[in-house]
Amino acid sequence: MQDKILLSMQGIGKSFPGVRALHNVDFTLRAGEIHALMGENGAGKSTLIKVLTGVYTKDAGSISIEGKEITIRSPQDAQKAGISTVYQEITLCPNLTVAENMFIGREKGVIVGWKKRYQRAGEILHSLNIPARPKQQLGSCSLAVQQMVAIARAVDMDCKVLILDEPTSSLDDKEVEMLFSLMRDLRSRGVGIIFVTHFLEQVYAVSDRITVLRNGELVGEYEVEHLPQVELVAKMMGKELQGLSDLKRDDNVDAFVGTPVYAAERLASTAGIAPFDFAISKGEINGFTGLLGSGRSESVRAIFGADRVGSGVVRMEGQRVKIGNPKQAMKHGIGYLPEDRKDDGIIADLSVRENILLALQVMKGFFHPLSNKEQEAFADEYIKALEIKTASSDTPIKSLSGGNQQKVILARWLLTHPKYLILDEPTRGIDVGTKTEIQRLVRKLAEEGMSVTFISSEIEEMLRTCSRLIVMRDRRIVGELRGTQLSQDNVMRTIAGGDE
Amino acid sequence: MKAHASKFKWSKYTQLLVPLMSILLIVIFNLLRDPSFFSIGTSTNNLGNPVLTGNLVSILNGASELAIIAMGMTLVTAACGGQDISVGALATIAGSVFVRILRSGQITIGSILVGFLCCCVAAMLFGAFNGTLVSVFRIQPMIATLVLFTCGRSIAYWINGGATPTISSPLITAIGSFIPGCPVPTPIIIVAVMALILGLVFRFTTLGLYTQTVGINQRAARLNGINPMFIKLVSFLVLGLCCAVAGCISVSRLSLINHETMLLEIEMDAILAVAIGGNALGGGKFKVTGSVLGAYAIQALTTTLYAMKVPSTDVKAYKAIVIILIVVISSPVVKKATNRLWTKIRARIPAKKEVVAQ
Repeated sequence: MQDKILLSMQGIGKSFPGVRALHNVDFTLRAGEIHALMGENGAGKSTLIKVLTGVYTKDAGSISIEGKEITIRSPQDAQKAGISTVYQEITLCPNLTVAENMFIGREKGVIVGWKKRYQRAGEILHSLNIPARPKQQLGSCSLAVQQMVAIARAVDMDCKVLILDEPTSSLDDKEVEMLFSLMRDLRSRGVGIIFVTHFLEQVYAVSDRITVLRNGELVGEYEVEHLPQVELVAKMMGKELQGLSDLKRDDNVDAFVGTPVYAAERLASTAGIAPFDFAISKGEINGFTGLLGSGRSESVRAIFGADRVGSGVVRMEGQRVKIGNPKQAMKHGIGYLPEDRKDDGIIADLSVRENILLALQVMKGFFHPLSNKEQEAFADEYIKALEIKTASSDTPIKSLSGGNQQKVILARWLLTHPKYLILDEPTRGIDVGTKTEIQRLVRKLAEEGMSVTFISSEIEEMLRTCSRLIVMRDRRIVGELRGTQLSQDNVMRTIAGGDE
Repeated sequence: MKAHASKFKWSKYTQLLVPLMSILLIVIFNLLRDPSFFSIGTSTNNLGNPVLTGNLVSILNGASELAIIAMGMTLVTAACGGQDISVGALATIAGSVFVRILRSGQITIGSILVGFLCCCVAAMLFGAFNGTLVSVFRIQPMIATLVLFTCGRSIAYWINGGATPTISSPLITAIGSFIPGCPVPTPIIIVAVMALILGLVFRFTTLGLYTQTVGINQRAARLNGINPMFIKLVSFLVLGLCCAVAGCISVSRLSLINHETMLLEIEMDAILAVAIGGNALGGGKFKVTGSVLGAYAIQALTTTLYAMKVPSTDVKAYKAIVIILIVVISSPVVKKATNRLWTKIRARIPAKKEVVAQ
């Protein structure tokens, strides 16, 4: 293995108003290595990449390439320094040919020798084993090949550092393997590759080194062979592996017997999760856990009918029912607080009152609008009950803080008195006080007989709240933990997989 | 009573500030120019009935078609975040159907009702066509309605077999100008009825809430059980109905239909009325009242220009100047600046008082 240092980032810091996104982060990339950059949501991966590619300007630290310190103020600077990025979404033009895409934006003179360029493009494609013809329209290639063309373009621009940002998330297994062999090929030519992904197995399949970030700080740099998967998970989540007995619970799991409130067999949606079985009993709180992108959100979206449901049999309290869209789910007494509050939850310009009433109103039907008096009464009741801090019920929800917005969405679903409530990341991005309030509320609701599915990125929160955890990895369920099995170590081991 | 009065929320009506200001501006201008502009008189029309006359009456009367179409345009704008530019063509088609049915026999109240129903059905079918392109095929409203904008007047022409047919009957005159015994022009009454119907729809259904929800956040709307496609389709159906009513009024005014010139360019005025009404052209929150006021503001402007003896060839140029003023005044940049100015003035008022005290 070569050990020539190609890129060195030292003490990088970057703050946004109110947030410290990166603090004193070091990152070193050697020539001819594939270096995975890992971290959970908000760890600072994308900020670091954006500092490196000149999208953001760093507040502190230095960047040097091959020992020479450089300043990167714009993406053009980065490109001149030999740093290229291939993003998850293809940023090329699908209606141009492959060769045009490889050379577009790089013309120096006015006269363009296309004949020469097609020839050159053919050579590069051939040498990299990319199954595309120079004169083929890019849009007619598969996504994987389009991505490889983007890489070929970068390689032809003399790139020394190649950044691949989530390149595999929309590829199938075979395409991933194709991409990997291209990556290995480039590695042998001395290119340094930064590989950002959330698929654990892919990291181990192709990388040499791993750098882990957490909360904008560097956790460490590791060689792949010295970092078992379970420890990687622990480092990403910021938990040390401890003895097995750190958190014993004496919840009597067998208390939940009888017909489940909700039960699904072989449920699958178009969002690309493996078909799964799932059931929840009255008064039970369960959780879906797994790393970001493991399919936990997609699973609950399939239960609620938010994504198109492909197959599966669903029973509510023993009765076979059809849940193909959110409205049907609501009719059967399911509520769903989505993960993405801003895009899926709030109706920004509408008032707090209208936001609270929306779901109940839809359930009552088009021809039965709630009277003004009822609206005021319901809104005031829930603003008081959940202690929502708002100037009045007429205030637009967009002017509320994140935590209070979340409470409004929670109120929206509580008002419909669901039998089964799904909460996807209800506590993300809200202050600690509100967090505990929501956890307490969830417990109380379950005691009153509501079934709740609770999803959170924080393991402790899940362990505190749920009596059963369903563990997911790479878009399938890989385990289920209950009762005394519920411990941080166990959860992390199950997430990481059984290679200990 | 008092408690009720304090519950009245001004903040709900700030959106109407712009159209009201526009109307006020035109009123003040006319007061300065010639106060007799506002005089309302009565005269006897050629049927021997006493009727109201004057500029105010002709503004309210002349804006009827525009006001009705603006109502539907508001809904489409709010739900789809775009505008329908085929309303003029659609109203002409509707009018053409109306004429075709009335021509086929004796004109009675019954045949007028049948004709009106048929033209409503036809207009709603074409509305459904537009709505399907927008909601199912997700084509931008302006592009989707370009189809009917282009071919609508030809279709209207075909329906009546190519002539410029007339339908003369006292019943038709009653719709287009005055009902015997009633001094108020009938189109004004029709606008009032349409406003009432729409008001009842908003009161007794959740159309308003659903339309705003879809216009603001379609994804969240779906996750709350609303079908965004359906709501968009409904908005186009309502607009189709509005076009049908407007088409019937327009045909009845002249007792004939001219496919080429009927309600020409009304789509632009309707969009303008929605904009002057303070509604976001990108969809979301809306107030139909604002658009109706906007329609009257536009008509008031036109009538004022004619009253000033501006040659009809120049009217459009002057109209454009005033429109620039209104649109710039209601633009977000100016709004922000006025807000800043307002807070500055407010901050200075107590300071001034202190000076006076000293």
